[in-house]
Amino acid sequence: MNTGFWTLTFWVGFLAATVRMATPLIIATLGETFAERSGVLNLGIEGMMIFGALAGFLTTYFTKSLWLGVLVATLSGIAFGWLMAFLTVTLTLSQHVSGLGITIFASGLAYYTYRAAIGSPTVPPTIKAFSTLKIPLLWKIPIIGPILFDQYAITYIGILLVPLAGYLIYKTTFGLSLRAVGENPEAADAMGINVYKIRYTALLIAGGLAGLSGAFFTLAEFNMFLYDIVAGRGWVAIALVIFANWIPSKVLWGALFFGSIDAIGLRLQGTAIKVPFQVYLMLPYIFTIIVLILIARNASYPSALLKPYRRE
Amino acid sequence: MSWPTIKLEKRLPPPVWFQVLTPVIAVFISLLISAIFILILGKNPITAFYYILKGSIGTWFAFKEMLVKAAPLILTGVAVAIAFIAKYWNIGAEGQLYAGALAAAWIGMLNLPLPKPVYILLVITVGFIAGAIWSGIPGYLKAKLKVDDVVTTLLMNYIMIYTVSALLNGPWRNPVTMYPSSTPIAQNARFPIIIPRSRVHFGLIISLLAVLFMYFLVRKTKLGFEIRATGANPSAAKFLGIDTIKSIIVISIISGGIAGLAGVGEVAGVHYHLIRGLSPGYGYSGIIIAMLGRLNSIGVLLAAIYFAIIINGAQFMSITLNIPSYIATVIQGITLIVMLAMLLLFEYRIKIGRSK
Repeated sequence: MNTGFWTLTFWVGFLAATVRMATPLIIATLGETFAERSGVLNLGIEGMMIFGALAGFLTTYFTKSLWLGVLVATLSGIAFGWLMAFLTVTLTLSQHVSGLGITIFASGLAYYTYRAAIGSPTVPPTIKAFSTLKIPLLWKIPIIGPILFDQYAITYIGILLVPLAGYLIYKTTFGLSLRAVGENPEAADAMGINVYKIRYTALLIAGGLAGLSGAFFTLAEFNMFLYDIVAGRGWVAIALVIFANWIPSKVLWGALFFGSIDAIGLRLQGTAIKVPFQVYLMLPYIFTIIVLILIARNASYPSALLKPYRRE
Repeated sequence: MSWPTIKLEKRLPPPVWFQVLTPVIAVFISLLISAIFILILGKNPITAFYYILKGSIGTWFAFKEMLVKAAPLILTGVAVAIAFIAKYWNIGAEGQLYAGALAAAWIGMLNLPLPKPVYILLVITVGFIAGAIWSGIPGYLKAKLKVDDVVTTLLMNYIMIYTVSALLNGPWRNPVTMYPSSTPIAQNARFPIIIPRSRVHFGLIISLLAVLFMYFLVRKTKLGFEIRATGANPSAAKFLGIDTIKSIIVISIISGGIAGLAGVGEVAGVHYHLIRGLSPGYGYSGIIIAMLGRLNSIGVLLAAIYFAIIINGAQFMSITLNIPSYIATVIQGITLIVMLAMLLLFEYRIKIGRSK
């Protein structure tokens, strides 16, 4: 761990950690992109990630199956996505308050369920988490191999989701409808697009990806469920969507940038620079605010964001 | 597949009794929904709610402990409510609370040669200023630069909590115990106890003053009118000649300052030193309290007492019945959602239909 600042090992380790740390951000932010493209700000994202982390962990803890854990985490996110859609699309309630309500509810329910299922032992129970999946041959490429092709399976899924999301948004009828609904729901409705259906679908995608993103923390990054394990990454994802201008490919770069800030913290902890580690933990949040300030003027929000659609 | 939709027709302002009844019904419905999660554990929800009440108002001792919890909740509730009136989405009361606590601990640890009333006033002032700054930054960013306030206030929470944590693990670590908690604050900086043989401190009086302050601010002052106008319709407010940018910045400062006072009370009135985990989410509870109290001063007071009962009672109930105390958070989340849905009933007559 105590490698020098300038060695190749340090930089390869740093870049590999960047990709790893970016994974939950890539997945959650892509989901949020769908929600916001349809006109709904999903502030339930943090809670959905926390509950996904819990659902994934408990499923794997009791069944010993990591992939079942991934599935249940995703499904739990979809369930909360449905709740968010019911509140904001069907009932047309405030997106801000509904989202915060879901985050408080889902996080409370996650900790409640954990205590009920596990109790409060002095040493938290662990699972056998994902180990990295070396892509045959490719992982042997010097430098690039260990950075890109020796990652967790969920990381590969996250990276593949980027072009998939881009394809869905720009090349399909669904994507066309999604963008229409997010920009001008009245016109979309007049064109025969079912605004409710599109927004429900977008929120189910957003929820599912938030749940999957949460599972990364308990099934790959760590091997246990801890209090505040998601630590505001959902809010960083909300900021990243703005940073990425609601474009999937830019989500990847934004997430990697923030992943690198996380990774710097991890790496510098091992070096001789003496700063309390909390300062490194703070960095992503400080950078997020700075980035938000820099891009605030140029952000092109979907026009119908935050506006409930009420059919006359 | 058909999609359930609702048709909304604006209705006349409902009578006052209906407005008062709404939060009561919301509380009742949210407890019914929460009961499901207790039933799932195979426990009796009625017994659980009985123990929650018993553990928070069942005895004189429990009642006094409930009041200790009520003080910060009233303050964060008021802080969030006045912010929400102006549509400044202050989700950062938690961080502002910690900013106030940090400042109070700092001043308190200086051991200044001051008489008690002066020292206490100084601690309160500095704590208010710290909270005000921590909320003023996102307030300024929102008003001047159109930076999304929800995200910035939320992120500022994490920055402040890590700052506190860094101080407690670094320069402020107690050199005697080596625990990550600061050294105690000066005797003269500590709030007096206002009910003998209890932990109920001067912070409760501050919180009641904050409720009064909110009432006068919102109803009787020019700023109050301006923030109501800004919140209701910014463009109309501008048309009326209101400087909406200034109103948002001013209200963000006041809101953060009041949230900071909640942290001052926890340091100067309860713990007498700065610790991690000073607040079990009082700042986030403030959001629910503000909404359940319908952004009304008396409503906030009642809602804060209600949640003080739930949060304090849940601890007792958890120990006696072995139901996780996080049920209190579950209840809070459900209450927020149900209350929001109830508010829809206020404004509109609802017809359920289906669209294809």
